[in-house]
Amino acid sequence: MSAQKVVVVGAGASGLSTAWWLARSGVEVTVLDKGVVGWEASGRNGGGCSHYQSPLFKEEQRLWPQMDELLGYPTEFSPERIVMAVTPRQLEQYTYIAQMNNRLGHRVDLLDAQQVREAVPLAGDNCLGGIHYRFGGHANPHRTVQAYAWAIQDLGGRIVQHSPVTGFRREGGKVTAVESTTATYECDAVAIAAGPQTGTLLAQLGIDLPLAAARAEMIVTEPAPMMKLGGVDGNGLYGRQTLRGNLAYGGGPHEWVEFGDLGPEVKPSTPLTRNLARRLAELFPNAAHLNVIRSWAGVIEMTPDGRPVIDRKDNVTFCTMSGVGFGLSPASGHAVSDLVLEGRCSFTDIDKLALSRFDGIGEGWKTQKGWLPL
Amino acid sequence: MSARGTDPHAIDGKFPVPGQHYDLVVIGGGTSGTQAALKGAQTGLKVLLVDENPVPGHQVGNDVPWFFGGRATAAMQNSERMLETVFANMDHLEPLFDAGVEVQLGTCAWGVYRNGPLVGSLPSQVVGLADAEKSWLVGFDQLVLATGARDLPMAFPGWNQPGVMGAAALGKLLSLYDAFAGRRIVVVGSHELGLETALSAQTKGIEVAAILEVRDAPQADAAAVTAAGIPIRCRTWPVEAKGGLGGVEALVLSDGTTLACDSVVMAIGLVPMLELHDAANAARQFAPNRGGWVPVADSNITAVGNCAGLPDTGFDHVAYRQAWMEALGGACGGDTVICQCEEMTLADLTGVQPPRYLDRPPALQRRSLSTLLADGPPNQDQVKRLTRSGMGQCQGRRCRDQVAMILAAEAKCKLAEVPLATHRAPVRPLPLKVIADWEESEEMRAGWDVWMGIPTQWVPYADIGTPYEEENRRVLGGNMSL
Repeated sequence: MSAQKVVVVGAGASGLSTAWWLARSGVEVTVLDKGVVGWEASGRNGGGCSHYQSPLFKEEQRLWPQMDELLGYPTEFSPERIVMAVTPRQLEQYTYIAQMNNRLGHRVDLLDAQQVREAVPLAGDNCLGGIHYRFGGHANPHRTVQAYAWAIQDLGGRIVQHSPVTGFRREGGKVTAVESTTATYECDAVAIAAGPQTGTLLAQLGIDLPLAAARAEMIVTEPAPMMKLGGVDGNGLYGRQTLRGNLAYGGGPHEWVEFGDLGPEVKPSTPLTRNLARRLAELFPNAAHLNVIRSWAGVIEMTPDGRPVIDRKDNVTFCTMSGVGFGLSPASGHAVSDLVLEGRCSFTDIDKLALSRFDGIGEGWKTQKGWLPL
Repeated sequence: MSARGTDPHAIDGKFPVPGQHYDLVVIGGGTSGTQAALKGAQTGLKVLLVDENPVPGHQVGNDVPWFFGGRATAAMQNSERMLETVFANMDHLEPLFDAGVEVQLGTCAWGVYRNGPLVGSLPSQVVGLADAEKSWLVGFDQLVLATGARDLPMAFPGWNQPGVMGAAALGKLLSLYDAFAGRRIVVVGSHELGLETALSAQTKGIEVAAILEVRDAPQADAAAVTAAGIPIRCRTWPVEAKGGLGGVEALVLSDGTTLACDSVVMAIGLVPMLELHDAANAARQFAPNRGGWVPVADSNITAVGNCAGLPDTGFDHVAYRQAWMEALGGACGGDTVICQCEEMTLADLTGVQPPRYLDRPPALQRRSLSTLLADGPPNQDQVKRLTRSGMGQCQGRRCRDQVAMILAAEAKCKLAEVPLATHRAPVRPLPLKVIADWEESEEMRAGWDVWMGIPTQWVPYADIGTPYEEENRRVLGGNMSL
């Protein structure tokens, strides 16, 4: 017996994609968010779509080239990536990543320094070589989250912003309604993909999902001349050249943080801006004269092993992507929607993402790992 | 706590203590900043005062921090000569040297960082400074922001060409830089700012063709202006600036007449420069009589002078701006550019349409500001993300106030109810090589990781529980890529 009416908690990329897949299946779907669509990590990330480590990888790769058409709105998806080295150790490591991917059947080509410089005009004499992912790519997080939201509305779904969830109504072990500050929404099933708040929401349902939250930062420059391929990483940075030409890059140390149930009110950046700028100037010596025009920060949640949890208990399906949710969202939404409707993922094995792997982890895991706020 | 430091890739301990520390740092060397620095020094404090003038030539072209409108002379590109000129014109700074205040000209402040919500990793509160070559951080106990007020430009057809500029920029070009390239101006706005701008321009030998006023009468005592023979034309506003390669040549007015001029000086209002304050997540309040959003002082950061808010004379600056926007907005077509950096038009803004390098499929064309506002309250940052308005080089200095007013009008709410679009460091555009930390700590270098540094995160799913997992951990050590 399939759910007819589903409430999705969290209008980030994972929750929105889930609702979009549900709406495509004819489900009456309502998305609740504490604030604005895509306002947290889903709208603050590097836009990468190349997660070879994930069981959702093949579905991610299948879907991204079609997303503009499927959603009806532009996502700025641009295919393929290059990772370029400016130190011998980086080159060694990137070469290992290339070999590993080729072993797994994901094509990655090795590039010598000259080949990198031809593909990446902003690279300089310090470039030692690189690797070229013949898959993956990048998209614009801002545009993509809004595209999901609009596509959901076009399919008859509802997005309720500024409506934090305050509780759940339960009958016979099942959630029958989701209570929020604006209204109570009855449902046959609920999907929770609320980023760092996923843990506290699940705790109200007696489900213990171990999560820690961290703050990470990015910077962006004024536009540079367009490169043929905008997804260029390396030198400890991830990021992309936007279709406007800006270089948007992040990386570096994170800060473990704590905040209230409604999420972080502010997302401050720090002088890490200067360390990011240094690495970007080293990566792209031909862009070192470009102005940095902005920095920002976002908050991501992490499970103890840094891998996602996608699982279901009774009629509650939940999803945390452990800080790599944006790029995988077309596929994670499909998987979560499958779990909501069928109880299992229809297109791949995700058993190792089950919550049970953390059974008995105990209270002190954050302390043991040093994942504590300062 | 004993377990601290077991995550080598967390930020803990990676920021060094800044090399210099002052009891008091003052940002801005106008009269208010100078007084604050002097007062601090007289009470025995170790004081640093920085002033960003002379602003580097390439910033002038970007209208940072004032709306220069392409009317600075080439002299602005000669940084040594400019430093001499500025120094000579800032003789009010002289008492500072005797008082032992350290003064750094040509030095901008681009960020203020403190521990607080979500940040606990800073060894001290710091302000980020930069000159043309490098950036650095200095610690402070007290910070005084004396950054003044910036221009409030407003769009009308033709405003995005050289010659349309701001009153504050004109004031700097005339009195600080001796580098104004215009000869005959029209001043838009007739409260104190407009009248004073016209008079001081005339004193410097600039011809003032007219002062335009949208309301029925001059908005301040116009006796001196009238005595100086400067015409004030009430119930009259620009409908188009016409020009050629060199920019503005004439201004067409709402009454159908045309005024020959090379510069149109927007003197509708000034906006307290609270970028640094806001980027530090400090409190602010909305004060229509003081120019809109103004900083609220806290235990470490205080604002003085126009940065703290324009003098309250009982004049409602916000209502005045809205009167101007109604008139100028009525002159705008859908193709009038609102955001100059990103070339976003009024139609793009009200349609919430993306830049021209993207397709606009039918579903997107059906979306608009009104559909977005039906989904939730107005949010300028959200509109920015979708249209790129205010996302460019000048970070919204030229368009953010106007976009907020358009949002308030569309949402039929008060301007104060539109959340202030966020300011973020660096609040001055700075080249990568300048803002870069070329002397970062060894802890930072050793602990750097591209993303979280969790060894199990990047193990391919198929490899989990196989010998490859250990190999992956050994070679990559938790890094996705170094």
